[in-house]
Amino acid sequence: MTLLTVRDLTVDFAGGVRAVDGLDLDLAAGAVLGVVGESGSGKSVTSLAVMGLLPDARVTGEVRFDGRRLTGLDGRSLRRLRGDRIAMIFQDPLSCLNPYYPVGFQIAEAYRAHRRAGRREGHRVAVRMLDRVGIPEPERRARAYPHEFSGGMRQRVMIAMALCLEPDLLIADEPTTALDVTVQAQILELLRELREMSGTAVMLITHDMGVVAGLADEVVVMYGGRAVERGPVREVFYRPRDTYTKGLLACVPRVDGPLPDRLPTLSAREVTA
Amino acid sequence: MILYVLRRLAATAAILLVVCAATFAIFYLMPADPAQGACGKACSPERIAEIRTTLGLNHSVFVQFRDYLVGIVAGRGFGTGAHAVNCPAPCLGFSFQTDQPVWRMLTDRLPVSVSIAVGAAALWLIVGVTAGVVSALRRGSLWDRAAMTAALGGVSLPVYFTALVLQYLLVVKLGLLPYPQAVPLTADPVGWAGSMVMPWITLAMLYAGIYARITRGEMLDSLGQNYVRTARAKGLSEPAVLRRHALRPALMPIVTIFGMDLGALLGGALITESVFGLPGVGKLAADAINSADQPVILGVTLFAASFVVLANVAVDLVYALLDPRVRAVG
Repeated sequence: MTLLTVRDLTVDFAGGVRAVDGLDLDLAAGAVLGVVGESGSGKSVTSLAVMGLLPDARVTGEVRFDGRRLTGLDGRSLRRLRGDRIAMIFQDPLSCLNPYYPVGFQIAEAYRAHRRAGRREGHRVAVRMLDRVGIPEPERRARAYPHEFSGGMRQRVMIAMALCLEPDLLIADEPTTALDVTVQAQILELLRELREMSGTAVMLITHDMGVVAGLADEVVVMYGGRAVERGPVREVFYRPRDTYTKGLLACVPRVDGPLPDRLPTLSAREVTA
Repeated sequence: MILYVLRRLAATAAILLVVCAATFAIFYLMPADPAQGACGKACSPERIAEIRTTLGLNHSVFVQFRDYLVGIVAGRGFGTGAHAVNCPAPCLGFSFQTDQPVWRMLTDRLPVSVSIAVGAAALWLIVGVTAGVVSALRRGSLWDRAAMTAALGGVSLPVYFTALVLQYLLVVKLGLLPYPQAVPLTADPVGWAGSMVMPWITLAMLYAGIYARITRGEMLDSLGQNYVRTARAKGLSEPAVLRRHALRPALMPIVTIFGMDLGALLGGALITESVFGLPGVGKLAADAINSADQPVILGVTLFAASFVVLANVAVDLVYALLDPRVRAVG
């Protein structure tokens, strides 16, 4: 069953910048869709458009979630879906957490906003979630502030916040980009585990081919606001048809291969040809 | 946290000592002879020599400073025998003009300055922050532009001008208010408020403009923060997003400048008090400067400086309460 459908999504910013240009996406319930592309290819803007978090942009086309049209939905109904059925985690977990509130409070905030729960119940949920994402001493750590956590721990907090209402869809926008390589692996492992337990569908936005290969079922390659290639991960990786996809894959350095003198590059002309 | 408070208080004592030394050095090393000032115009050399002995001006400056400090902490006496005058702690000396103890003059005038400062502060805080928040939320709107223009006007108009225009309009033309007088709040609350309204508005116009501009800037900054986006992504209601995640961080710099401004004003609003003829600490300072009343000038300077220094400590402590990151460092 299709959970998320995006048809002909176009996002224009003031000043004539078209960030997303007629994008189509489909994501089945419980599946993982990787969206890859370089900086400025429109990945993050796509995710914010799905969430309805682009107040200053002109968004056209259609986004459907679980049969409901999200584009054009009133703010109140959209707000009810946000955090509850569609949750999101972002790239830089430090700047995404409010420095003035304990992390437990910030996790509980999401829960309480949708379940009309009190402080105590919110706190209990926060502690349980912190435990689930592998934070030791969750009862004590719930009362700590974001600056008292390491980068990887903060991203675990963000994941706890996103998953505390068991959403149907998790949008992860570059969830591992700001982290050390070893921590990246832990976070990906955590996302994989939690997904297998909860069956949450994931839209995984990244520029890192390795992340997609490890987690996604299907992949969409974006360039210049369009999808240039899509398909099952193995197929796209082993038999890329598009020039840009080939170029992008060629740019991934391999630890087991010979060291190239220089990394391959692509000119915009080659890509758009 | 307790350690942090103690450390801050110790630092404050040190700063106050430095402030004391600096003001003392400036006023007592000035070319004007305090003995001459104390004596008045027609004065015999013998009388001046006598006063020099009484005030201890024949001692070295260090001894004089030590006596001054001792006077503040423990009180001191001037002169000997039949002419001896006792000055209980905290002793800041006697006025050359009125022979009153400076400390009592200051404490007598303080309620007026506090009334002016606290009332004005409440007014400008409410008006300035509200205007700034609304401007930030409706950036570019007619309201925003009008409010920011008004704020610029408020900042630009000199206090003595605003004060005189207000007095002309409200007292002379419309007769809505009496000429301001120092009425104690406890004796006549209505009369007190009536006298204070104009000084409040005068000062609030100046500060509200500054606060509105700062609040607007800070609010726009915090609205662009990633954690505000997170709050929206969580599905929080817009009021909760704005209040908890945008306004709270935006108010942190306001806390700082508010503490400093209030502290400075508690030490006397010199121009405002002078224009309205209200006998506060600021008016005392102006009068003392006009009559070269050195002990009073010195006393007022120390008094006002202490308020600023203490306000700084208060700001630091409040900051530590509000910002968990400061607490961690402290």
